[in-house]
Amino acid sequence: MLLRVDKATTSKFLLRRRPTSEKLVDIGFKNIVVAMASMVAVVLFSIFAVVYYESTESISRYGLRFLFSSAWNPVTDEYGAFTAIYGTLFTSISSLLIAIPLGVGTAIFITENIIPEYIRNIIGIMVELLAAIPSVVLGLWAVFIMEPFIRPFLNIIYKIFGFIPFFSTQPLGAGMMPAILILVVMILPIITSISKDSLKQVPSKLRQAAYGIGASRWTTIFKVIIPAAISGITGGVLLALGRAMGETMAVTMIIGNSNNFSWSIFAPSYTISSMLANQFGEADGSQVSSLMYAALILMILTLLVNVFAQWIVKKLSLKYQ
Amino acid sequence: MNYTSQKSLTYNPSLTRNIGNKALTIISALFAIISVLPLILVISYVLIKGGSYINFDTLILEPEPPGDDLLSAGGIGPAITGTFIMAAIASIISIPVGVGGGIYLAEYSKSGKFAKFIRFGSNVLAGVPSIIAGVFIYAIIVSTKILFGSMFSGIAGGISLSILMLPTIIKTTDEALKLVPNDMRRAAFGVGASKFTMITNITLPAAFSSISTGVLLALARAAGETAPLIFTALFSRYYITSFDDLFYEMGSLSVLIYNFALEPYEAQNQLAWAASFILVIVLLTLNILSRWIGTLGTFSKNKV
Repeated sequence: MLLRVDKATTSKFLLRRRPTSEKLVDIGFKNIVVAMASMVAVVLFSIFAVVYYESTESISRYGLRFLFSSAWNPVTDEYGAFTAIYGTLFTSISSLLIAIPLGVGTAIFITENIIPEYIRNIIGIMVELLAAIPSVVLGLWAVFIMEPFIRPFLNIIYKIFGFIPFFSTQPLGAGMMPAILILVVMILPIITSISKDSLKQVPSKLRQAAYGIGASRWTTIFKVIIPAAISGITGGVLLALGRAMGETMAVTMIIGNSNNFSWSIFAPSYTISSMLANQFGEADGSQVSSLMYAALILMILTLLVNVFAQWIVKKLSLKYQ
Repeated sequence: MNYTSQKSLTYNPSLTRNIGNKALTIISALFAIISVLPLILVISYVLIKGGSYINFDTLILEPEPPGDDLLSAGGIGPAITGTFIMAAIASIISIPVGVGGGIYLAEYSKSGKFAKFIRFGSNVLAGVPSIIAGVFIYAIIVSTKILFGSMFSGIAGGISLSILMLPTIIKTTDEALKLVPNDMRRAAFGVGASKFTMITNITLPAAFSSISTGVLLALARAAGETAPLIFTALFSRYYITSFDDLFYEMGSLSVLIYNFALEPYEAQNQLAWAASFILVIVLLTLNILSRWIGTLGTFSKNKV
């Protein structure tokens, strides 16, 4: 049956042309938000351009020699960032090696039904709140509480294993080892929360299937759950690596800030970011340019890690559903 | 055929697989305890040690120069106002730009090349170390004296913080708007709304709680940052008294902690603990608030 339309009612709804003012607002709004979105690109490019531009003097003077020399002498105008680059890579990678098992282990513990859910939720929230504590407060805590507490233990390691180059200096306070430990505290929340999210996204069918064919809990975790969530976990680990490399304040306060290269993890050292925090304020002339060169290296390192993280999440992610 | 096994079906704790399982469960529980430990330790030290130095004078007075008076270091008043002012400047810049950028990504160009590039760019920007933001602002604002001839200033500090807030806000706005069902958009178009009306009256209000979660988290991160401020805003011991003071050095809680923690004087160190007490309380409140707001929304992540 055809729907009968009453002529009297339709005539009330006259076709209305959209007024020009409304169209202009629409177009204007679109242009504004496009401009705002472009700000991201503008800021990112200008950061690169400015840091590169400011460091050209040092790049042309030292070239790649800058990467392998540990001289840092404003008097003779001789600069090299080897100690800082080594310190950045060494502290971030070793803190990562400690934080991966801790973070992924915690993530597994709070996604499995080992203990009641509300306790797991509390643990999850607590680990995430750890990320809310500013790095300068962690630095303060590290300087006054953590470092004096661990020094006797480090001294024991020094006395027993002192013949190994890595432990060959006496721990006298600030140094690489406390910096590594405080970095662990800082990147633990990142690894834990990202691993937790990706473990939670693994469909429960996979787990049930594994249990159904007689796999035990941890066989299921190692053979099914972790492989299914590996893209997210790897992404989180790489993000944490980027964060550890760029972390400034806590490290600056506890690493001792010395440009003398040493193999020992108890000796004071430098990272690129702590070098910037320490010297940038008082630097002038070619020292600024050298610091900018170091900043450029740090940017390239974190950029590589971040881009790789995004790529690996895309590449490894299994598509369920 | 007979399939019944001779073995008992009851749980046998001495089996290798059961022992292994137990051991791994205990190890993971240990790891979880170790992961929670730093938070408890840090928070309890900051609350107990910092809280014990908090009194009315500490909150109001201006800090004394180190070494002047060995017994008292004054207070952290100017640092508190400085942190609020710079966080406000950063929000004024980054919230409109971030929300606008997010609107573009979610409403105008869902999968265009430019949008993909912007999403990638904001992820990269989020990974840029905060000290680089400080170096950048130093190079373009402080050393060029572009802001009416002033060098280190609260405004420069606020701008460097806004760079850190921007990617978080864009990302959460983008994701929050994507969670709003398309039916609502079609319904709005169906009754004749223009795209601008649709966004401002339908999708933005629907995504409001998730967006504010992101904004609060970004704000909490920016308020605790030190690295971008140490050579943009520097530090000042004095309250700001006029609008012009925005163009001069400005103190902040985080820089106060950094400066005074490394002083050899006990009084200054105590002030650093007091400042971290205030900072941690503010940041934890912001974080918990943002979690709570996130659960309120109609289309927030936790509900869908």
